[in-house]
Amino acid sequence: MSIEQTNTVPELDFNTPAQRRLRKARMMKDKMAAGGIAIGGISVIIAVVMIFFYLLYEVAPLFRSASIEPWGGQQEVSYAVPGQGRTLYLAVEEQAEIGFRATHSGEMIFFDTTSGRVLQREQLALPKGVDISSFALVSEASQTFAFGLSDGSVKVVKHNYKATYPNGQRVLNPELVYPLGEAPLAVAAGPVEHLTLNRDSDQWTLIALSGDQLSELTLSMRENFLTGETEIDTSRRDLPSFGIKPQKMLMTPDQRWLLASVPQGKVAVMSLGNTPEVTQLVEASKDRITSFELLLGGSSVIIGDARGQLSQWFFVRDETNQFQLTHIRDFEHGSSAITNLTTEQRRKGIVTLAADGTLNLYSSTANRQALSEPLFSGAADAIALAPRANALLVQHGDRLSFWHVDNEHPEISWSAYWEKVWYEGYEEPEYIWQSSASNNDFEPKYSLMPLAFGTLKAAFYAMLLATPLAIAGAIYTAYFMVPSMRRKVKPFIELMEALPTVILGFLAGLWLAPFMEANLAGIFTCLLVIPLAIVLFGFTWNNMPNKIRFLIPEGWDAALLIPVVMLATWIGLGLAGPIEDALFGGHLPTWLSNEAGIPYDQRNALVVGIAMGFAVIPTIFSITEDAIFAVPKHLSYGSLALGATAWQTLTRVILPTASPGIFSALMIGMGRAVGETMIVLMATGNTPIMDINIFEGMRTLAANIAVEMPESEVGSTHYRTLFLAAFVLFLFTFVVNTLAETIRQHLRKKYGSL
Amino acid sequence: MRYSVNEWTKSGSPWVWLNAGAVAICVIMVVGLLGLIAVRGLAHFWPADVMQATYTQGEQSRRILGEMVQDEMVPAEQLRGAGIQVPEGVEALRRDLLKVGNRDFLPADFVWAMDNMITERSHPEMVMVAERLEWGNFYGYLREIREAGETLARHDGYAKSEEYLNVWAEFQTRLERVLEIRDQILEIEKDKIGSINYEIERLRLQERSLELEQSTDAQAYADIEARRAELNADYEVLQQDLIDLYSQINRDSFTAEIADGREVEIRLSKVVRAFLPNNMGTGDKLMHYGAKLWEFLSDEPREANTEGGIFPAIFGTVMMVILMSVLVTPFGVIAAVYLREYAKQGFVTRLIRIAVNNLAGVPSIVYGVFGLGFFVYFLGGTIDDLFFPEAKPSPTFGTGGLMWASITLALLTVPVVIVATEEGLARIPRSVREGSLALGATKFETLIKVVLPMASPAMMTGVILAIARAAGEVAPLMLVGVVKLAPSLPLDGNYPFLHLDQKFMHLGFHIYDVGFQSPNVEAARPLVYATAFLLVVVIALLNFSAIAIRNHLREKYKALEM
Repeated sequence: MSIEQTNTVPELDFNTPAQRRLRKARMMKDKMAAGGIAIGGISVIIAVVMIFFYLLYEVAPLFRSASIEPWGGQQEVSYAVPGQGRTLYLAVEEQAEIGFRATHSGEMIFFDTTSGRVLQREQLALPKGVDISSFALVSEASQTFAFGLSDGSVKVVKHNYKATYPNGQRVLNPELVYPLGEAPLAVAAGPVEHLTLNRDSDQWTLIALSGDQLSELTLSMRENFLTGETEIDTSRRDLPSFGIKPQKMLMTPDQRWLLASVPQGKVAVMSLGNTPEVTQLVEASKDRITSFELLLGGSSVIIGDARGQLSQWFFVRDETNQFQLTHIRDFEHGSSAITNLTTEQRRKGIVTLAADGTLNLYSSTANRQALSEPLFSGAADAIALAPRANALLVQHGDRLSFWHVDNEHPEISWSAYWEKVWYEGYEEPEYIWQSSASNNDFEPKYSLMPLAFGTLKAAFYAMLLATPLAIAGAIYTAYFMVPSMRRKVKPFIELMEALPTVILGFLAGLWLAPFMEANLAGIFTCLLVIPLAIVLFGFTWNNMPNKIRFLIPEGWDAALLIPVVMLATWIGLGLAGPIEDALFGGHLPTWLSNEAGIPYDQRNALVVGIAMGFAVIPTIFSITEDAIFAVPKHLSYGSLALGATAWQTLTRVILPTASPGIFSALMIGMGRAVGETMIVLMATGNTPIMDINIFEGMRTLAANIAVEMPESEVGSTHYRTLFLAAFVLFLFTFVVNTLAETIRQHLRKKYGSL
Repeated sequence: MRYSVNEWTKSGSPWVWLNAGAVAICVIMVVGLLGLIAVRGLAHFWPADVMQATYTQGEQSRRILGEMVQDEMVPAEQLRGAGIQVPEGVEALRRDLLKVGNRDFLPADFVWAMDNMITERSHPEMVMVAERLEWGNFYGYLREIREAGETLARHDGYAKSEEYLNVWAEFQTRLERVLEIRDQILEIEKDKIGSINYEIERLRLQERSLELEQSTDAQAYADIEARRAELNADYEVLQQDLIDLYSQINRDSFTAEIADGREVEIRLSKVVRAFLPNNMGTGDKLMHYGAKLWEFLSDEPREANTEGGIFPAIFGTVMMVILMSVLVTPFGVIAAVYLREYAKQGFVTRLIRIAVNNLAGVPSIVYGVFGLGFFVYFLGGTIDDLFFPEAKPSPTFGTGGLMWASITLALLTVPVVIVATEEGLARIPRSVREGSLALGATKFETLIKVVLPMASPAMMTGVILAIARAAGEVAPLMLVGVVKLAPSLPLDGNYPFLHLDQKFMHLGFHIYDVGFQSPNVEAARPLVYATAFLLVVVIALLNFSAIAIRNHLREKYKALEM
């Protein structure tokens, strides 16, 4: 560029103030945009990553252990025991605001749990010269208890709380109720030394021990439908003696069994049928039994002894159809004697205090020690747990202390999720998923095994169908098919990936399942007939005169096969009828369930396998096809030039090179099958069973979430368990996909160098 | 060339053929599936001929009137087990499923009948089919037309005749009048009374929030009260109109003879449409087909979703998808731009890329769980506490709704958009960018004026694929806001017009619900097929357009890549 030329160009000044301002503004804009995009981009990525952390956040409380601290923070809440005498019974009401104490002298005191201030005091009305000789609790949850008196009679009392709302403020009014009337009920002839009672809807049974004599009193209440008054039928009988002096007696709520802890660590069992008899004397402990209580629901008994052994027992039906009190599990406990034991009122939980002052919290189903913490030095006198299991009242000497317990999810442990658990009422330990029931005493069964098993079963059968079809199809499409046809077939099959799974599920459930029930034998004959027909046709075609053979160029074979496959299917279905008639009595599913003993559900794993196989075929097909197609052409040319047939080249050169890609395709397909929800939801009966039988259904993790999540209570163990299921699914698919992706990228790099 | 079996096997040809067979099977399965849905879905609207026949079962024989729905072969053994007499030597018998309708008069609206026991089949021209608001279809012979209980016209024959056709014509004119009145009633009930109710509810909430604030502003309370009185007055007027209209619509009725010879009376106000299928020419049938198809697309569902249309489901799906795309497009594009253009390329970006890629493979139900826990319960609960305390304890945003569903699906589909956009950005040659920068443009200007326009087809592809995925996704929606029957559309004439907190209907969920939760699955099945077909068509179209755009894009930049 010469100087003259430059001079001819009009003077351009890029440094005018306006230009400078513009430049500055542009730079500003650029910087701001960069910042904005960075923030936006990072926040999107964070949002996506947050899914992981949020799931973790919801799941984490499940595995947090319990904690205990003084009520209201650091300062220990402790005050003198209100009232006099030995404590027989200590309780806390629902809101943990009011405590209740019943003493040996018949004094019953309601007090403020945080200060010990007495709110109400009542003295049990006793006849002259009569005093309290024994005490029995129906159950913690019923708030009902009874005093056995020295004249052989019994008084049943319930502590109750009514809420009123004067001026919009909630006020709790404690009261004492006498459900069986205020007058003492005569049960035994002499002083009641040991007492037990229980109720089952309208029937009460009281059993009292006086001297050697066991007496039973049964009260049945029914409403007279004419007068509307309650009538009470009483019946009395004497029970056979245990032979040994019991230390404590318990009766199950169904009033069928009387249990007694007797000296030398033994438990005696008496059946209370028409002819009461002692059926069992079991050695429950090697030492003296110190604690003997029924668990929530009254099916299990918890036994603690002087050596610190804690165990759960319940009745199990044996081979001879007899119920036997059976040892179920031991809980981990120190070696210090168990002095106090109480049970939770809403869950299958146990609280114990040991002689060395250690507090232990357990969950029976999960066999988990949720907490073990020294509270005092030395044994406590009485403990009470609030109904919500969030507060604990402990009497230690002449002082009461009040504690806050944080124990949200004790019923969860590794063994509860993944190992066989012996649930109440079952004959042996089993894997069971049963998350909810109408009953309050219900023991939730959170075994993830049947769900995980169902998930893998569904995925397995899906892969069984999809793998051969997708890979064989991909091999042909990538290696043998003419390009013009490949360009049409590939997007066509890939389009299937976008097909909503709800449609596949609906077809599987409403069309395929009934079709299969009617043509089960046909499906199996087709499995044989179709490959046979294909090979037969191939052989015939190759042996055709060239004139016909050259009509269709090589690489179009697949198109030729379409009518062949259709014809073969038709023949296969047609053949099935006679075969069924000859071998299976006309209808294979009926034969399977009646003769072969294989249960047949209409919506079964085979239906799911086919429908879900259909859903994963495009995924596997597409990736496998890419992997095979990406194998450099000079490799196969080299092999073919050396005289190998096309098939030899494929199996010895192409497939080994592409195998990591095929593997990653299978993994991604597997990931999809594991997480698929709608197909499984619609094409199976969703019963959480553990059976590999192809003709039965299953319930998968994903379908379980879809079914149960909407009804689950926020923050409950069930809710968090479903989150855990989602988290497991997330992790599984994420890990599998990452692995597959890494393999694929590695493969790509490798071919780049070839 | 001749091959021996041995030679042929050795060459590996059987395997090649089997591989080819796999492709053929895949193609057949895909085509078969689409064909099955299309045939079953589209056939539903065609007016099927109604067959009259005599069904003889042992000694008894009776007249039946109905549409043939399907048939199947049943093994003789099974039939004998069910107590049906089958002649010796016969191995299987045909069994037909007949739709006989008249659910209010007959024990069941679908019956299975043995084909060999059906005799004297005919297709009488004057058999009438009436679609009704309740109890499903009616099949019978028109007998009488009544106005306020008075007989106006009557015909007793079965054969087609001038006189009979006149009665039919009269019936049709009266039906048209009834349909007109029903439109008016619907307008009052849905639009006018609906908006009054809506406003009254808003007033209640206003009053409640005044109470919550412990406001002593008497004027405000009085205003609310005055407005409420006004609305109630309006309501009274409308109510009176409605009573008038109802008495008008209930004026006419007709009687008809059903299959068992009984003559039954039906109010005309219960009839939606009536026709003589056996008397229709192909042209009439086509017209009818069109009308039914239009009803399916534009009408509200009837009878627990087993009859009528699916308009609310279409509308809900579209609304949800639009909201989702509005959310997912900018965020997905920004994230992709950041990853490709701004972030320092290295180990971390590669990691993020893999993670984003894999998130597309995470099961959709996991997103649903996240949406329910985080958006609905956590965010929604917080929003309710802060902004809608007056509506408590009933939740506003603290329950599933349109907004949470859209956001959840946006999260689900954002990886799709990111991946597609990134791919598009990666395709743009370096030289183009460098050219722009060399001319003095800033990075942002290059991005906005050069790079993004060139990458826009890729973004489009991403968004379309995202929409296709969102439209078909059901599992997460079941947790975050889809319902089987929404009382009103999420977009209407009541302020604030777009109700983000409202629950909505969705095509995919509609299929699940009607197909599996419906009390009358047999009656609902054709509608489910039709809905499925619609969904498949929409998604196939979306995907094809994405593929077309992608191919177009590749062609366009092929030259640049050289």
